[in-house]
Amino acid sequence: MNSCNQFSLIAFALLFFGLSTGHAQQNAAALHQRANAAMCSNCHGTEGKTVDGSAVPSINGMPKDYMVLQMKAFKDGTRPATVMHQLTKGLTDAQIESIAIYYANNKR
Amino acid sequence: MKRRNFVQASMALGSMASLASLVGCATTGRIPEKTRVLVVGGGYGGAAAAKYVRMLSNYQIDVVLIEPESAFVSCPMSNLVIGGSKTISDITTPYDNLASKHGVNVVRDYVSNIDANKKIATLASGSSIRYDKMILSPGIELMFNTVEGLKQASDSGQVLQAWKAGQETTNLRKQLVDMPDGGVFAITIPEAPYRCPPGPYERASQVANYLKQNKPKSKVLILDANQDVTSKGPLFKKFWADNYKGILEYIPQHKVTAVDAKSKTLKFEVQNDVKANVLNVIPAMRAGSIAVQTGLANANNRWCGVNYQTFESTQSKDIHIIGDSILAAPAMPKSGHMANSHAKVVAAAIVAQLSDLAINPEPYLMNTCYSFVNDKYVVHVASVHQYDSKDKTYKTVPGSGGLSAAPSELEAIYAWNWAQNIWNDTLG
Repeated sequence: MNSCNQFSLIAFALLFFGLSTGHAQQNAAALHQRANAAMCSNCHGTEGKTVDGSAVPSINGMPKDYMVLQMKAFKDGTRPATVMHQLTKGLTDAQIESIAIYYANNKR
Repeated sequence: MKRRNFVQASMALGSMASLASLVGCATTGRIPEKTRVLVVGGGYGGAAAAKYVRMLSNYQIDVVLIEPESAFVSCPMSNLVIGGSKTISDITTPYDNLASKHGVNVVRDYVSNIDANKKIATLASGSSIRYDKMILSPGIELMFNTVEGLKQASDSGQVLQAWKAGQETTNLRKQLVDMPDGGVFAITIPEAPYRCPPGPYERASQVANYLKQNKPKSKVLILDANQDVTSKGPLFKKFWADNYKGILEYIPQHKVTAVDAKSKTLKFEVQNDVKANVLNVIPAMRAGSIAVQTGLANANNRWCGVNYQTFESTQSKDIHIIGDSILAAPAMPKSGHMANSHAKVVAAAIVAQLSDLAINPEPYLMNTCYSFVNDKYVVHVASVHQYDSKDKTYKTVPGSGGLSAAPSELEAIYAWNWAQNIWNDTLG
């Protein structure tokens, strides 16, 4: 094996492991985001889709900015609620953002 | 670069592309073929975990669910069957969708033995199942032997617990309906922790509501081993005072030690005996018997210690335990909603581990628990539990969670909708 071959193999190895690690991190982040967002689905349905006739609204496909504003309005008390004001106070702004992005990208 | 090297480079790129496609660009990494997660117990925890391992692995991980019952009967809402505003069929959901929609292999059987070293579970039918990861969600075992005479009284059907929803729920409803006007219905509550902290008080409220409308000369007695109402205390007590005066009597610090089914008598640690027409004795509880038998109940031989980030047993590798049977983190209730929340954290942790991905460093859990104080009014308690990586436990977030301001009809609508949606999220 000449030096050029050795170099290219090392380069590919670096490239592959670099890509692979980056990909795994991306996958892990997506997995955690999805599982965290699933904390909403006990009441708002799997993937944010409630059962037919539910008074609790579906949240899948809800525009991100709208959802963030509503969640923050629950959190700061400007939007009255029975339960949501108590739950949103347990979430950081970053967690609210992550949930909103997940459901906004989850088409109806 | 020489031509030959370029070809090699192209081939290498090609194989990288195919590897990347194997890894998949959704939420999972590479999962070894025929990786199997075995879920034991199909309640709020186990059924949801089975579904979410399938979903979060993009249907790449085989999931087998072992559950002895043919259908899921919900403990939450079962007090409404005793009160008479719902029927047992209203709170029953089949397991069909887990198989047809999510590809879970649902096996109607009972796990009789777990070999944690060989990672094999033996079923009551005699067959064995190998697993890579086990999710154990066995619920609770009622400790009948903590109350003298209770085992026989329970076996004969004279004294019911109805703390595992099903036939006993229907039977307790019948005992209430058959009770003469002027009779006494006694409910005993064990010391905390037990499954569903507000459940006994909701049940007493349902019985009181039925008596008020149908047998106004009768009474319901709550004989509580605890110092005070363990959940939603001020809300229950105010509603009782306003609506069930003379019908419902709350008696704290009464720990039942013996029961005589023949004379319908309860005996206590300190106080005088109590006679009643219906005895609903809820005994102390511990982790489901398979967990105890496998040596996983390493906290006082009652509850199962787990690593809260992954719910992996502190006793046995690759066995993850969720739901009522775990040693709960501070302020974490033993509830169906909480078990469903555990299910999502454990499913994600197992998918991550089997895919060689990082485990969520900051999982969190939510709980919302509704109680019907009559057939139309409801109160709730809610909480958020964030994982603290430093102290390796869940902590409720200061300022979050809380109770209803007052009972309301609006919350009754939300409560029934909660049930519909969580049943669908767990089994649909």
